[in-house]
Amino acid sequence: MEGHSTYQPQGKVARWFESRLPLVGLMHSSAVAYPTPKNLNYLWTFGAILTFMLVCQIVSGVVLAMHYTAYAPVSFARVEHIMRDVNYGWLIRYIHANGASMFFIAVYIHIFRGLYYGSYKAPREVLWILGVIIYLLMMATAFMGYVLPWGQMSYWGATVITNLFSAIPYVGETIVQWLWGGYSVGDPTLNRFFSLHYLLPFMIAGVVVLHIWALHHVGQNNPAGVDVKSVAKDTVPFTPYATVKDVFAMVVFLLFFAWFVFYIPNYLGHSDNYIPANPLSTPAHIVPEWYFLPFYAILRSVPDKLGGVLAMFGAIAVLAFLPWLDTSKVRSARYRPLFRQFFWIFAVVAVGLGYLGSQPAEGGFVIASRILTVYYFVHFLVILPVLGLIERPAPLPASIADAVLAKGAKGAALPAAKA
Amino acid sequence: MMKRGILLGALAAVAFSTGAAQAAESTDRPHRESWSFAGPFGSYNQGQLQRGFKVFREVCASCHSANYFYFRNLAAEGGPGFSEAQAKVVASSYQITDGPNDQGEMFQRPGRLSDHWPAPFPNEQAARVANGGAYPPDFSVLAKARSYHVGFPGFITDAFIQYQEHGVDYIHALLMGYVEPPAGTTVQPGLHYNKYFPGHQIAMPKPLSDGQVEYTDGSPQTVDQYSRDVSAFMMWLAEPHLDARKRMGFQVFIFLIVLGGLLYFTKKKIWKDVAH
Repeated sequence: MEGHSTYQPQGKVARWFESRLPLVGLMHSSAVAYPTPKNLNYLWTFGAILTFMLVCQIVSGVVLAMHYTAYAPVSFARVEHIMRDVNYGWLIRYIHANGASMFFIAVYIHIFRGLYYGSYKAPREVLWILGVIIYLLMMATAFMGYVLPWGQMSYWGATVITNLFSAIPYVGETIVQWLWGGYSVGDPTLNRFFSLHYLLPFMIAGVVVLHIWALHHVGQNNPAGVDVKSVAKDTVPFTPYATVKDVFAMVVFLLFFAWFVFYIPNYLGHSDNYIPANPLSTPAHIVPEWYFLPFYAILRSVPDKLGGVLAMFGAIAVLAFLPWLDTSKVRSARYRPLFRQFFWIFAVVAVGLGYLGSQPAEGGFVIASRILTVYYFVHFLVILPVLGLIERPAPLPASIADAVLAKGAKGAALPAAKA
Repeated sequence: MMKRGILLGALAAVAFSTGAAQAAESTDRPHRESWSFAGPFGSYNQGQLQRGFKVFREVCASCHSANYFYFRNLAAEGGPGFSEAQAKVVASSYQITDGPNDQGEMFQRPGRLSDHWPAPFPNEQAARVANGGAYPPDFSVLAKARSYHVGFPGFITDAFIQYQEHGVDYIHALLMGYVEPPAGTTVQPGLHYNKYFPGHQIAMPKPLSDGQVEYTDGSPQTVDQYSRDVSAFMMWLAEPHLDARKRMGFQVFIFLIVLGGLLYFTKKKIWKDVAH
């Protein structure tokens, strides 16, 4: 955010203001002059897409809150009131409900991009850890948001997840009752979840500012994974180059988003959540939203309750230690032939865990969950540390400009080879 | 090579486990009917909604409530297309408890457009005692609250073909699913065998029979037609703005595709002289 600005205030008022608060200069240096590596691919547009999704969720959520009431006997009916009687209420609610899923799709692509290109390595460790914190806050926000319509899955999902804390030795029960505000999930729980669901997105926004600050301080990673050597040769200014690319990618992402909002708005939800919460009737299968399924599978794969809870939180916490678990000095998987294979195996394992999380915990599903859970941790705790020591990386390009030249030469050589 | 082997193994494991899951699912899967409101350009068929409303009013409503259904909805855009006068006539044919009045007493008056559909029972306990202990669910969002298991890979292709009619297909199948129990099945007293109900034993007796509701538009007066019409009506109850949603969806798509195209060429032009 600092040091790139070429902004010269034009006119008396602009100069007066800039000398008192250099806000325009800050904006200019972060969003206009900021040098971005010229070899970034479309996976690097997801940062902008995520920023957009956060704003989209906050704006739609604020409007929904104007019509919603957090009171157990009426909350379900209030959501239906939004769907039926509020002008375009159905649109706002479907945007918000599907927007949560879109937010997670984008964040998973963003995280896996970071994993593939080694974006967590020095000097970007703090940037990465801030990202893990955002991810945790997102999960808490999404979980509490899902409780608000007060349907069957809201109620029973809240019961299952809050009960996890009862696994903590000695104080577990007390903590759970404190979370509930009573002896079971009920109206006090709903009210505090609404309050926190409104609060946490603004905390996310705060951490996002730090995340972007850290990013702009150390500079973006890039597909070649080599540092910027020369700003003139290796980078282009953020505006117009990255801006137009980000906006184009955002529109393509919006097409995907709109497919869900307008044509299959209930595809990602569970039909049971259109049944009002009933503490006396447990649904046949309690399943969380899709974005929690891999962690849900890990939770259920451990036969011991406390063990399951530790494994689940451990699966997220291990991400924070990734910069030190990966011992390789090479960032990008492009130049790490072995890591590249293990990356894809890990991706398949993560999706597989998601599938298993959606299935009933019985028979072959449990065995498969256990195998994949063990592999999940082995990937981070054994494979990544060992790989860095034994792998022979491919030769790195001398600079980003060289990587681009090599790619251009390869592209040019193709038609020649044909002829 | 090793990677491919592992991938194949994983795929085989997934395929095997799905097969096992489907075998365990003993309930028959509802047939996918063709609905006027399915697909990107789908919209409700007014005639069908009016017939469905008739079935609901004459048959279903004697046990099932529809608390989010207001008389005014009958004349709303994207619905069964009754005029406001017709909706008023329907409303005024019901007696609604209102009050208290100046004397502090509750009183009965004819229904107005702003009233919701009167529930057949004053409370859940009254509904249960009249229905052998079972509680007939409220119809308001029932078509979205019911579904059936699809499994892999069907649930993925459903996203591409925009299949969202799980609930109506299930309700139609359920109404058609009253068949003779297979030999050796004992049906609990007070329950009825249904091919599509989870567990096969449902408290609701077969609600529809041929010729039960009179249609004035020449549509066949069969259980199949009644079930179709009332399912479509229930979909509208659950999703009254579906027509507007799909119409706006098309407009949004046209807008985004044009904007995306313009941005794509703008991006190309800006990056033209930069090797990247």
